[in-house]
Amino acid sequence: MSNFFSQLINGLQLGSIYALVALGYSMVYGIILLLNFAHGDIIMIGAYTSWIVMAKMGLPPVAAIFATVIVCTLLGVFIEKVAYTPLRSAPRISLLITAIGISYFLEYGAQLIWGASAQVIPSYYNVAPISIGGVKISFTAILTIAVSVVSMIALALLVQKTKVGKAMRAVSEDTGAAQLMGINVNATISFTFAIGSALAGIGSVLYCCQYAQATPTMGSMLGLKAFVAAVLGGIGSIPGAMVGGFAIGIAECFVSAIGLSVWKDAVVFAILIVVLLVKPAGLLGRQLQEKV
Amino acid sequence: MSETMLKVDGINVYYGNIHALHDISFTVNKGEIVTLIGANGAGKSTNLKTISGLLRTKTGDIVFKDKSIKTMAPHKIVGQGLAHVPEGRRIFLRMTVQENLEMGAYTQPASTIAPNLELVYEHFPRLKERSRQIAGTLSGGEQQMLAMGRAMMTGADMLLLDEPSMGLAPIMVQEIFNIIQRLNEQGMTILLVEQNAQMALSVASRAYVLETGRITLQGDADSLLHNPAVRKAYLGG
Repeated sequence: MSNFFSQLINGLQLGSIYALVALGYSMVYGIILLLNFAHGDIIMIGAYTSWIVMAKMGLPPVAAIFATVIVCTLLGVFIEKVAYTPLRSAPRISLLITAIGISYFLEYGAQLIWGASAQVIPSYYNVAPISIGGVKISFTAILTIAVSVVSMIALALLVQKTKVGKAMRAVSEDTGAAQLMGINVNATISFTFAIGSALAGIGSVLYCCQYAQATPTMGSMLGLKAFVAAVLGGIGSIPGAMVGGFAIGIAECFVSAIGLSVWKDAVVFAILIVVLLVKPAGLLGRQLQEKV
Repeated sequence: MSETMLKVDGINVYYGNIHALHDISFTVNKGEIVTLIGANGAGKSTNLKTISGLLRTKTGDIVFKDKSIKTMAPHKIVGQGLAHVPEGRRIFLRMTVQENLEMGAYTQPASTIAPNLELVYEHFPRLKERSRQIAGTLSGGEQQMLAMGRAMMTGADMLLLDEPSMGLAPIMVQEIFNIIQRLNEQGMTILLVEQNAQMALSVASRAYVLETGRITLQGDADSLLHNPAVRKAYLGG
């Protein structure tokens, strides 16, 4: 039983990170119908930022956390402006290919600059595990789950209640009509990238709390799994990305717990195949319908 | 001589290689209802989209309240007081009625939202009854009311209405046109695009007839209503 509980905590911890990253995929897809495959690599750049700030510059962890979130946010907006905005009226496949190109550019650029071997990120803090009912829970797990949940609540409030959040929903539903309301569509799209990338930055710090190293390809598998989470929840749906993230995290940890840890990646992609076959719109996604 | 509100002067609009509008010029004066009538594909909606900035003209100029809006971004044009109610209504189907109306007030200071909302609800009591309802569940006529109410929330003093009667039951068409007239009586300037030429000419003061991207006839709505060529082509004889 205590094993079940600790695996559940592991699953929630991993799932929190998937959910934070999945939100970026889903929000961007919701607004410009792009699967931004460079999104996972933003996490990688975030990890290197933490490493540079703490290990190279010797600054305190707080500075590293802020720097990571800021660098990720700016990078996301920069990619949108430089690579995606010029293709706004191009066919969607061109946009998708560009996203894959940006992803490779970031991965191999990182390898060129920082080398292929892993760089160890100093720990952000040092807190002993907490024991609840005989089960030891790491502080990192508690922090990860708490920060993710708070971030998601903040995002939900932003989207539902604020003016810019309403603009995001309007652009995602009907770009032309949103323009006719006086909404600056370009600014709204950039803002969406900024929010999605900031969440990836938070995810990056939380991920590095657990796995304290930076490698050029670390964002690739993490990004793909978060993408599966977004599809499982229903791509374009914000609550869906949260649900999908936790579901994938928990599934992965339980597969490992029953001794099939070599299969844990395969299980995630098996889930993707099943979702695409059985319920392509995802758990909370809207049924795809043509506008008349 | 009444004051010119909108002046479209020699515009040519293309879809890729297709020349959709040929040297179109017309004016709308303050307080008028002007209608563009014509068959499907004549370029009526293209005209409105060009005025609101969704499409661009290669030549000529578009002047609204003495200011050229030819190259202005669509979201800036709204702020000038010109609101476009697009064909097919294009309301936000997943938002509530009230959220749709609030989207209309996007460019307006927060203090004006409540009084404007009251004004819209006065014109459209049905929207008030359904303010918390998801817009996608409204009937076609109610959706048209919502689209018009949303445009009013922008603080516009001129509306571009694209086929407000499309797909509506005759009784609802009558109601929508009554509202158009009432809005006009209260000072709203309106450019109306319609396939229902009979209804459009009956509320408008002047009209332009569009054929394959060119203006072929213009004049008082009354005289066009009795023009044999117009009667034959657009009013069923």
